[in-house]
Amino acid sequence: MKKIIALALTLVMVFALAAAGGTAYADSEGSVYWLNFKPELDEAAQGLAKLYTEKTGVPVKVVTAASGTYSQTLTSEMDKSSAPTLFIIGNQAGVKEWGEFAMDLTDTPIANELSTDAYNLYDEDGRLVSIGYCYECYGIIVNPDLIEAAGHSMDELENFEGLKAVAEDIHARADELGFDAFSSSDMDGSSSWRFTGHMANLEYFYEERDAGGWTECPAELSGAYMENFKNLYDLCINNSLTDPKDLATGGHDAENEFKTGKAAFFVNGSWEYAAVSKDVPNATMIPYYCGVEGEEKAGLNCGTENCWAINDMASDADKKATMDFMVWLVSDPEAAGIMVEQLGILPYKNAPESENGFLTDAADYIADGCYVMDWATNYQPNVDEYRAALVSALNAYNADQSDANWEQVKTAFVDGWAVQYQAANG
Amino acid sequence: MKGIFKNPLRRWFWLFLGPVTAAFAIGFVWPFFQGIYLSFCKFKLIRNAKFIGLDNYAAALKDPTFMHAFWYTALFALVSLLFINILGFAAAYVLTQGVKGSNLYRTVFFMPNLIGGIVLGYIWSMIFDGILSRYGTSILMETKYGFWGLIILMCWQQIGYMMIIYIAGLQSVPEDMLEAAKIDGASKWQTLFRVTIPNVMPSITICTFLSLTNGFKLFDQNLALTGGLPFIIQPDGSNIKTTEMLALNIYNTFYNSNSASKGVAQAKAVLFFILVAGIGLAQLAYTRKREVQQ
Repeated sequence: MKKIIALALTLVMVFALAAAGGTAYADSEGSVYWLNFKPELDEAAQGLAKLYTEKTGVPVKVVTAASGTYSQTLTSEMDKSSAPTLFIIGNQAGVKEWGEFAMDLTDTPIANELSTDAYNLYDEDGRLVSIGYCYECYGIIVNPDLIEAAGHSMDELENFEGLKAVAEDIHARADELGFDAFSSSDMDGSSSWRFTGHMANLEYFYEERDAGGWTECPAELSGAYMENFKNLYDLCINNSLTDPKDLATGGHDAENEFKTGKAAFFVNGSWEYAAVSKDVPNATMIPYYCGVEGEEKAGLNCGTENCWAINDMASDADKKATMDFMVWLVSDPEAAGIMVEQLGILPYKNAPESENGFLTDAADYIADGCYVMDWATNYQPNVDEYRAALVSALNAYNADQSDANWEQVKTAFVDGWAVQYQAANG
Repeated sequence: MKGIFKNPLRRWFWLFLGPVTAAFAIGFVWPFFQGIYLSFCKFKLIRNAKFIGLDNYAAALKDPTFMHAFWYTALFALVSLLFINILGFAAAYVLTQGVKGSNLYRTVFFMPNLIGGIVLGYIWSMIFDGILSRYGTSILMETKYGFWGLIILMCWQQIGYMMIIYIAGLQSVPEDMLEAAKIDGASKWQTLFRVTIPNVMPSITICTFLSLTNGFKLFDQNLALTGGLPFIIQPDGSNIKTTEMLALNIYNTFYNSNSASKGVAQAKAVLFFILVAGIGLAQLAYTRKREVQQ
């Protein structure tokens, strides 16, 4: 009897080990494995996957990488026998790293659904490796009610001089007004990208515009617009709720400062609309005014890192299933409705309109004939390393705004680009 | 031969050892050898690795950040080794002298060990910055703050663990030896250095081995406390992460977006293994010689 029990227990153990090893799918019909990169989309994505499976019977698995660990997760997942069929290639560095594993999407059903080519990414051979599934915009979020409470008007905010005058006035009278100009600009991992990734874009964008547009990552920058970056950055840290010396470790909740009316300006993007508009229904977004000539005609920074790629190593059945799923996401009224609600505007012909106020602002600027500041920041070479060095230099500058420390920021910003370009391409 | 099969335990041993051996082989032995193989390859995915010989090792040894991380780690390991063991031994010594409530103290001192490294790193960064922000600075601003911050953190976490090992050692020092020393008129210090310490050498061997290798292998706490900040921005735009230790350097190299960097990181990891194993074994051999046989 004991022997039989022992044998049974061992068999259970062996089966448990084997079962943990791999999940099997019925492969004949094809299945979808979507490695999602936006944690805030996870819940909706899981729901969409379930809905699609209910409707079509095609299994869809959605895995979301933890914030800031997409490349790590993708690296390990791509090596598995059941690798993601649908993943994200969001910028030129991503094209360089993962482009060879992506299927050419030219003239595929999903490409034919697109309403614009503006958010697609191509590799050096002109293959369409990834395709934008939503776009976003960033700039400076403003609470117009507070601007007016301070005795100013939104019309004053149409260039850097105007923005500076208003921000400095509010900061000077912060105690009397009960609110300050800018919310905190923390340099910790949860917030530094707003400056090293987004605000830095104004420098890249104007350089790119002078060069007549970039089609690939330039080997070096000239730094011609560093003064403009400094203008806006200084304004932001020196007219804020938080002493610049306290920004290094973070711990200030900038979103909350804006929502609770403690600050009139908040450097961030369109994805904040849902969170912010509940408390500040009139919130609107203005461009990065930084003292560049003709900036009265500037618009918001529009672009995306949300680009889908199909894994070329997947079986044909899986590729087809994935393609069908993508088309369903952007064209089915129910699915596309959920996508728009979560992501803002989808650049697809059959997708519903968005109610995101900041994206409406972006469209209004375009309608007024303003130029779009595209996301040149997506070209940042070896992006994590590049931004980490910039954070280090900005930390030193925040603590002591000396010329020597600004030189370090410039070195990290301009020469650091060339170094990281070499590291990534050399 | 027949005897093996007569004894039921011997007949069924493979059933009990098999799963563990298989798990060990799958989870450790195979990845270990594959890792060594990959250090000679250029790869993005493991399945399309291409053998390129020793290039990765050449690149790893030429990398100034790797060398900086090595010296920084060596200094850290040495300083933390001294602090952790001296303080751990002192705590153990005091708590074996019949202090009231010593069981409670032992438990409390041991507890920091139960908290994970990442959480500890973030908690301590808040504590340090709570103090440093009064002086308008932060642990991320100065290399020396990062260094001593990490030492304090590691001492806080490790002293309790080493203390437990030392307590066990101290309790096994033969009473008659201590009594003999007392009768012979040895002072407290003489007893400590001439009788007690030689008798706890086995504990010292274990503790120095653990704290030395822990110091070299440190990763989580380093990542969470400073993440390598601050950097020295070189005039050419490259940078040195002043508080980056070896393991973090390997991690950062691996996730660099250059397609060649994964192989280089793998080569660094193999060098790292040889280094830690070599230092650990050398230290074991050295302290073993000083152990007395009872």
